[in-house]
Amino acid sequence: MTKKANRAVKIDASGLLYRELNARLREVVSNGTQRIELRNVCGQRYIGTDLGRPVEIEIFGTPGNDLGAFMDGPRITVRGNAQDGCGNTMNNGEIIVHGHAGDISGLSARGGKIFVREDVGYRAGIHMKEYQDRRPALVIGGTAQDFLGEYMAGGILILLGLNLKEGEHHKANYIGTGMHGGIIYLRGSVEAFQLGKEVGVAELEEKDHQTLQGFVGEFAAHFGYDAQAILKHRFTKLFPLWIRPYGRLYAY
Amino acid sequence: MKTYLPPKFIVERDPERCIQCQVCVNQCAFDTHYYDAEDDEVRSRPDSCVGCHRCVLFCPTQALTIRRNPLDYRENYNWRPEVIEDIIKQAETGGVLLTGMGNDKGYRIYWDHLVLNASQVTNPSIDPLREPMELATYLGRKPDRVEIDRDYPGLKTELAPQVRIEVPVMFAAMSYGAVSINVHESLARAATEAGTLWNTGEGGLHPKLYEYGNNTIVQVASGRFGVHPKYLDVSRVVEIKIGQGAKPGIGGHLPGEKVSAEVSMTRMIPTGTDALSPAPQHDIYSIEDLAQLVYALKEATNYTKPISVKIAAVHNSAAIASGMVRAGADIIVLDGLRGATGAAPKIIRDNVGIPIEMALASVDTRLRQEGIRNQASVVISGGIRNSGDVAKAIALGADAVYIGTAALIALGCTLCQQCHTGKCAWGICTTDLALTKRLNPDIGARRLANLLRSWSLELKDILGGMGINALESLRGNRLHLRGVGLNETELEILGVRMAGS
Ligand code: SF4
Ligand code: SF4
Repeated sequence: MTKKANRAVKIDASGLLYRELNARLREVVSNGTQRIELRNVCGQRYIGTDLGRPVEIEIFGTPGNDLGAFMDGPRITVRGNAQDGCGNTMNNGEIIVHGHAGDISGLSARGGKIFVREDVGYRAGIHMKEYQDRRPALVIGGTAQDFLGEYMAGGILILLGLNLKEGEHHKANYIGTGMHGGIIYLRGSVEAFQLGKEVGVAELEEKDHQTLQGFVGEFAAHFGYDAQAILKHRFTKLFPLWIRPYGRLYAY
Repeated sequence: MKTYLPPKFIVERDPERCIQCQVCVNQCAFDTHYYDAEDDEVRSRPDSCVGCHRCVLFCPTQALTIRRNPLDYRENYNWRPEVIEDIIKQAETGGVLLTGMGNDKGYRIYWDHLVLNASQVTNPSIDPLREPMELATYLGRKPDRVEIDRDYPGLKTELAPQVRIEVPVMFAAMSYGAVSINVHESLARAATEAGTLWNTGEGGLHPKLYEYGNNTIVQVASGRFGVHPKYLDVSRVVEIKIGQGAKPGIGGHLPGEKVSAEVSMTRMIPTGTDALSPAPQHDIYSIEDLAQLVYALKEATNYTKPISVKIAAVHNSAAIASGMVRAGADIIVLDGLRGATGAAPKIIRDNVGIPIEMALASVDTRLRQEGIRNQASVVISGGIRNSGDVAKAIALGADAVYIGTAALIALGCTLCQQCHTGKCAWGICTTDLALTKRLNPDIGARRLANLLRSWSLELKDILGGMGINALESLRGNRLHLRGVGLNETELEILGVRMAGS
């Protein structure tokens, strides 16, 4: 049993519609399979949705939008790029992208972890939230587009900027606009005008270093980096100034 | 700053009747009544009264009268008291005026200009007391054609998931946090008893109500509060909320004070933070994107549940609805100009959106013209007041209706429009534990189930009078409607003829 369970089941996704592919995945997972290898993936959406179990899925090719949407448990490794909406409203599990990811990565995630080796598109980490020990994390190796961490209500967002050249800045504007929970760690610095007006800037404290050690350590292990070399650089911490950013907008 | 706002109500206490019991002091959530210990007398400060009439109804000796206090400004049709007082309030606060409930302005109510038909001589009416009458409605996508398997009597065609409701009236989305947990429980139990559905709204579902899942529509809105696999699993229908009639195009800010420990658990956000629902869903900027979320939810629930999409009725509803159906929505919901809310900017509530009657008629017509009306059920909401409105809505083309305000009135709401303050004296729109207790879910469920029973009986009477024995035969049958006092264009959009023609 253990042996069978440990062997990776291979699925050739070429020519399969997402509905067929995901039905295959459900079937394979319900048979107790622990590891799945998907070959020739080309734009199929919603991979990892409705599997509800901590299975390992390795994807070769380019998965489509909403990779791991509403996902609850699986660990997905993408040997390629991910598209938009990766980890949309994810509950639990892990997505490790050996490449870029598109817009709204981690939208409304409430748990689990997403590691992206390269860049992400617009509004990454938007409206991530947390409750007690459920705390999603999004770690981005490269840089991000505008509205990073918009409306963030919880969770941890780490932007490493590893592909920026010496002296080059992150280009995103409106970082953390509307943020009212959670925390953003940026490697390197950003100008004040790049930040949303609801965001404060602070120096790291001991427990921030610990958090970073953990996540950067995992990131480095996934993608073969030297964690200590990354951590040697200066990090900036962004935090929400208010938990009720719009409390004073209204007349009752 | 001294306020220039006059008290809105006059509070009168009849000294002959008052027994100084202080019930009013305890019942008023707005601190209008107080006990003056020095004089040993119950008194009031009318400036804080909102006219909810809680004290009037609970005073054991009927000693209280609450009357409007229309400050007699000089007559002016343009500068009415409401307009003047809104400006005063803004001058004193600098804020966006918030309000609760639905649009209270005098836009034409088309239901009141539509009349129903009845059978006379040429066909017999039916007596629903003695003959079978069918109100059952199936919500969900219907196939273009069905194939029958002659060998095994049954359908060869595979049907999309269908939900049967016994009465075409469901409870509209009202989120926990906006309304109290006891409202949710009352709605869930009444829906279960009556064989219909209630809707969680966008604030998640409290675990103690999972047992009513089979009668529950769960919402997925821009904030994605409390949306997790279990939430989707226990539900009967999943509804994507794009907008609501009270505030089309506007997100929601559930104020931090209302995010109590229990609300925080259900929404899965920390206690005391504002629960912010962004204005758009950031994964939906187009019909194609809507299709993506519709199918994400179908995948997440393995194609076992209808997916509903709710929009506010706006100018282009017909074209948008066509796109929604093509995007895979199994049920589309239109929420009209009079749809209510727990909190909305007053200026939006009172000025944005279109009357639901017009939206319904144009959407139904459009979907028929395109030959896709069967592909989705159409549900409407926003100001449905009684079974007459329901019958007219069905005749105009709706499969079912949602009621929100009517359900709250059944629970005690007196439309004081203070829902946004979180101090609802009736224990409805509040998360304050003491106020919540004022609504007993046993009694709440009874009152709601009674309301649905009354409306069912009346609907059967209406149908019987028309000589129809199944609601299905009234659906979209606009020949059963005639217009009164409507102009040509109105008649044309509604697709009904003038009374007498
Ligand atoms: S606010 Fe309501 S309970 Fe209070 S005095 Fe006015 S009517 Fe009575
Ligand atoms: S729900 Fe409560 S606060 Fe809102 S209008 Fe009704 S009685 Fe007033």
